[in-house]
Amino acid sequence: MIEFHLDTHSGVAPYLQIVQQVRRALKLGLLHEGDQLPTVKEVVARIAINPNTVLKAYRELEHDELVAARPGIGTFVTRTLSDQSLSAHGPLRQELGRWLAKAQRAGLDDESIEALFRDTFRSARERDIA
Amino acid sequence: MSAVIDAAGLGKRYGRKWALTECTLEIPSGHVVGLVGPNGAGKSTLLNLAVGLLSPTAGTINVLGEEPASSPEQLGRVGFVAQDTPTFSALSVADHLRLGAHLNPTWDHTVAEARIDQLGLDPNQKAGKLSGGQQAQLALTLAVAKRPQLLILDEPVASLDPLARREFLQILMETVAEDAVSVVLSSHLVADLERVCDYLIVLVASRVQLAGPVEELLAQHHRLIGERRDPATLPSNQEVIESSHTERQSTILIRTTDPILDPAWTVEEVGLEDLVLAYMGQAASLARQARPTLGLLT
Amino acid sequence: MIWLTWRQFRSQAAVVFGVLAAIAVVLAVTGPHLVHLYDACKVTHSCNQGSFTHTDNRLQIGLQTLLVVAPALIGIFWGAPLIAREFETGTFRLGWTQSVTRRRWLAVKLGVVGLVSVAVAGLLSLMVTWWSSPIDTANADRFGNAMFGLRDITPMGYAAFAFALGVTTGVLMRRTLPAMASTLVVFVAARLAESVWVRPYLMPPLRHAMAVTGANGIGFSLTPTGLQVIANPPNIPNGWAISSDIVNNAGQAPSAAFFKSACPSIANGIPGPGGGAASLRVKAPGGQPPQAFQDCVAKVAAKYHEVVTYQPASRFWAFQGIETAIFVVLALLLAGLCFWWVRHRLA
Repeated sequence: MIEFHLDTHSGVAPYLQIVQQVRRALKLGLLHEGDQLPTVKEVVARIAINPNTVLKAYRELEHDELVAARPGIGTFVTRTLSDQSLSAHGPLRQELGRWLAKAQRAGLDDESIEALFRDTFRSARERDIA
Repeated sequence: MSAVIDAAGLGKRYGRKWALTECTLEIPSGHVVGLVGPNGAGKSTLLNLAVGLLSPTAGTINVLGEEPASSPEQLGRVGFVAQDTPTFSALSVADHLRLGAHLNPTWDHTVAEARIDQLGLDPNQKAGKLSGGQQAQLALTLAVAKRPQLLILDEPVASLDPLARREFLQILMETVAEDAVSVVLSSHLVADLERVCDYLIVLVASRVQLAGPVEELLAQHHRLIGERRDPATLPSNQEVIESSHTERQSTILIRTTDPILDPAWTVEEVGLEDLVLAYMGQAASLARQARPTLGLLT
Repeated sequence: MIWLTWRQFRSQAAVVFGVLAAIAVVLAVTGPHLVHLYDACKVTHSCNQGSFTHTDNRLQIGLQTLLVVAPALIGIFWGAPLIAREFETGTFRLGWTQSVTRRRWLAVKLGVVGLVSVAVAGLLSLMVTWWSSPIDTANADRFGNAMFGLRDITPMGYAAFAFALGVTTGVLMRRTLPAMASTLVVFVAARLAESVWVRPYLMPPLRHAMAVTGANGIGFSLTPTGLQVIANPPNIPNGWAISSDIVNNAGQAPSAAFFKSACPSIANGIPGPGGGAASLRVKAPGGQPPQAFQDCVAKVAAKYHEVVTYQPASRFWAFQGIETAIFVVLALLLAGLCFWWVRHRLA
């Protein structure tokens, strides 16, 4: 079963962190269809966060049709993300490697590369939302 | 949702000093409410008023729709853990459970015993010999096993080491998940509350400075960073909480429900700790201004 | 709440009941001997304190002391900490947030420990009264100030009062040690004040006039204003001789002028060791008093008589009842004060 952790300094809302951790696990094939997510009680007993946070995360995952809640039994994974994107990982990884080499040749250090990536990523997301 | 705590103009005075002034709150049920503020701000006073250990000098307070401590039934619906978690040091853990059973008609002995088991406490151990964390857990068990609708905890983790602190919050959250009980807990450290609270009250200098759901508060507060500017020139729908300036740059913390349209600003989100600190700073500086200054006799 | 009160109190109660049991055993063992002594002296009509002194003197003194201090100890150790401790340790915050009202919390604490206190005092008094009855009968002095509060039912009244006083000081001061100290001081003051200023008048005292003779324990005292006469009240078996006055038919005491003319040698004072007049108090000794003394007494007897203020033996049980009732009423009033204070002032 998956175990969650909370990073209080990441600036990401706690419920989102849980959603992201589930999605990551799905993508990496650590969670399969039919697997049960830990109950709200189990989650908060381990990481001492508000139960509403977990409920909200599970609801969002349900909204994305990744999990389904079966009342009285638990919350179960309904589909994975791995088959969709795992195949695309290879070529994307190669492209990213080439881009990184280019950046290094242009003289950027690790910090600037990270900052550039994050900034571009954020603006792209904002454009998507707007 | 009905209010678990409903205070109107609540105040408490000792001699000439007001420990709590003009406190008006409507705390909705189903939340874990964090009451944060510096020492001496009035947090204990407010919580003691809520459980009937103090009575108001001004205003009113209703808990679960009734006056605090108005009847044994009302007392049974509210679980309280006082600051420094007092226990009877000569009585054993099992004696404390018997105490709870005898004094509370709604006592659930299976819950109490399960909790003691889970904590690994020796039932025959005298409460005075328990560690601070274990005493706090015992006090929490006493409050929880009577199946209350509302739990009020006065700085329950203040004197605990980080591990004991984490264990206390884990058990508390488990209880909330299981029983859907509303919780009000106070602390002078925001970090304690950040993980578990979804409703926040900031109390500084015996007044309520801020109150509301955490999500809403975080969404409404923004940090504006840009060229140096007088905060008074900001639009009226942006309430300035705190501002600081260098020669060229201004950093202003605002509260607004509307979107920020001025492109000159870099808009950042504010973390909970920074938010609380800003309100505490604002209140402290106001208090300093209100104090009479020493005049120099010439 | 009864369970909790008893659980907190049970070890103290166990100690005290253990002590009482031990005392009971000692008294049961030594009691018959006293009866035997009494039967022996009764035959020769020579019973007095001396008949019993040899054998059980230390025990007598111990028991007397115990009865004197028992109510105060109850007030200090059972009354004062009852509520004060809860404030000092903060456990009242635990007690007042269970499903019991403050009123019930206080009522049960007062009731349980108060009743045990009165029972302990009652048992102790009962045992000692039983054991001492041969001695008390021989002394025939149960109404006097020395004995009245140490027998029968009065110790129960004192215990109730001391307990309530202790709880009240604890409630008002909220600290155990100051409460214990104040309880002791106030209790002793109240007991003394009552026995001197109130008890003699619980029922209007009777007065008995008799002639002045040298055998009545007459004494003279030389004060700065002149000579004065003092009479020790006679012994009234099982009654209470409160005071004695030497007065004439008009109710006046002999004046300094009277003594100057009637007893000049004594009135001018007998020089003390260092010269100068001294205050002298000459009780009628076992032997022959000096002639001047006897002459003076005769002169006084001619014009004055002695009036004894006393309570008759028949009123003993009425007094026991009234005195106990007074202290019980005081205890109840103090308990009422505690209730009011806890509900309205401690918030």
